[in-house]
Amino acid sequence: MSVLTSDDHAEGAPVPPAHVDLGPAAALSCRECGERFPLGPIFACASCFGPLEIAYDFPTGDPEALRARIAAGPQSIWRYAPLLPVPADVADHPNLNPGCTPLVRADRLAAELGVTGGLYVKDDSANPTHSFKDRVVANAVEAARAFGFTTLSCSSTGNLAGAVGAAAARAGLRSCVFIPHDLEQGKVVMAAVYGGDLVAIEGTYDDVNRFCSELIGDPIGEGWGFVNVNLRPYYAEGSKTLAYEICEQLGWKLPDQLVIPIASGSQLTKIDKGLKELIQLGLVEDRPYRIFGAQAEGCSPVSRAYRDGHDVVRPVKPDTIAKSLAIGNPADGPYVLDIARRTGGAVEDVDDARIVDAIKLLARTEGIFAETAGGVTLGVTRKLLADGRLDPEATTVVLNTGDGLKTLDAVAGTTGPSATIRPNLDSFREAGLA
Amino acid sequence: MSVTVRIPTILRTYTGGSSEVTAEGATLQEVLADLDRNHQGIAGRVLDDEGKLRRFVNVYVNDDDVRFTEGLATKTPDGAGISIIPAVAGGA
Repeated sequence: MSVLTSDDHAEGAPVPPAHVDLGPAAALSCRECGERFPLGPIFACASCFGPLEIAYDFPTGDPEALRARIAAGPQSIWRYAPLLPVPADVADHPNLNPGCTPLVRADRLAAELGVTGGLYVKDDSANPTHSFKDRVVANAVEAARAFGFTTLSCSSTGNLAGAVGAAAARAGLRSCVFIPHDLEQGKVVMAAVYGGDLVAIEGTYDDVNRFCSELIGDPIGEGWGFVNVNLRPYYAEGSKTLAYEICEQLGWKLPDQLVIPIASGSQLTKIDKGLKELIQLGLVEDRPYRIFGAQAEGCSPVSRAYRDGHDVVRPVKPDTIAKSLAIGNPADGPYVLDIARRTGGAVEDVDDARIVDAIKLLARTEGIFAETAGGVTLGVTRKLLADGRLDPEATTVVLNTGDGLKTLDAVAGTTGPSATIRPNLDSFREAGLA
Repeated sequence: MSVTVRIPTILRTYTGGSSEVTAEGATLQEVLADLDRNHQGIAGRVLDDEGKLRRFVNVYVNDDDVRFTEGLATKTPDGAGISIIPAVAGGA
C-alpha cells in the first residue's frame, strides 16, 4: 500500500508542517479503503474519495489510572485530551472550553412517555454558543493552529457559523463563514455578532457546501481552515466527547439506547466511535448498545434509505422547520445506516407538527427549551417507543443539541401569553387563571 | 461538445496541477472517458470497478447534482461547466 505525503494534496495549507503535535493522533486513515496518510489538512482519500478519519496511538495501561486522569482534568472536553487529536497542553490555549454539559435525568418526561428504565437528556444547549458545535469547533481550532491557518471558516446551517465566529474571536483568528440565505434570525445574528465575516448564499445548505468545497481548491482559499471541509477529520472527533461524557456521567457505564439527530450523520458516527474506544480502553464494560438516528420528515434521506433497505443514500431537497438538520446530501449517511443496523437500532423521521409538539413536551416536563433538532430527536423517540422499537425498560439517552432560543419561530405561532389583562385583580379573575 | 471540468485538489496530480481542464463529450460518461484519454487513470478515481460514480464523489453539470438528473447519462451541452467534488464535506 502506497503512502502519500500530505504535501501532495494538502487543501489550502499555507506551509505543510514538518511535524504536527496533535497528541495521540498518529495518522489519517480512509474509512473506505484503509489507505493511510500523514496528518495534514486533507479530508478525502486520494485513492477512492472516501472520508479520512484520525488513527490514534492511545495510552495503554490501567483503565483505572486513565479514569483518574480524566477525573482530575478540567471541567470541559479537554479532560478527554488523551483521546482527542489535540496537544497535551490544549487547555492552556485560548478557546471556549466547551463540554461537561448536563445529563439531565428526565423522570417527568419518562413518566409521560412510559419509560421505566431511566431516561436522560444530554443537554448540549449548555455549551458556550448554545449548541454541540462548540465541541467540534474547539478540536478544529487546534488543528488550524497546528497547520498554520489564519482564517477559520465553514459551511453552516446556523449553529456552526456561531460556534466558529466565537471560537475564532477567542483564538484571535479571522473568521469568514457561509450560510444559506434563509436561516432563522437568531442564528444569523448569533453568527454575525462575533465580528467575523458572515456570507449568506442564495441556495440550500448543500449549495453552500458545494461552494465551500470549490473555494478550498482555489487560490482564494489559501490559508483558510474550513472546519468541516479540510479540517473535517479533526473537527468531527469533537463529537466523541458526547459519548465520553454520557458514559462518565452514568458512572462509566454505557447506556442501552441512544437517540441522536442526523444532519450529515457525522455526530452519530463519532458517538459510536467514542463508545467503541471506551470499550477498547477498558473504561466501560463491553456490553451491547443500540443507536437510533432521527431526521425530520422534510429532510429524511437516511431514514428513507434505512426503511427501503438501501446502503446508499439518495440526496433530497430539504423542506423542514428543522433547518439545522436540513442537509439533503448527508456525507456520513451510509455509515449511519451501517451503525443503526450493526447495533440493532433504527433510523426514523417525524413531521414538523410533531417536532413542535416534542419541543413543547420537553419544555413542559423538564424545563429544557430545545431547538428544532431537539424536537426531532424527542419526536422520533416518541414514535420509536410507540411502535416498540425502543425498549421502555432500558436506559435511554436522548440528545438535545441546541437551544430553543435560536429557533423561536418554530413555536412562536402557537406559544404566547395565556391572557392579556388590565393591571387589576378583577381582570385577572375574569381571565380564569386565578 | 466542449466542456470545462473543475478538478479537485486530490486529482490534480493527473492534470499536471491544473484546476480546470477542457474535455469533449455529449454526456458525462463521454466526458469522463475523454478526460481519461488525456489524463490517464483519472476516471478510475471517480468511477468504481463497476463503472458507477463512487459513493463519495459528487459531480455537478452546471449547477445540477447529477444524482438528481440522469447520473452518468446526464447531457453535457457545449460550454457546460462540470465540477467534481469530494462528498465528505459539511455538517457535523
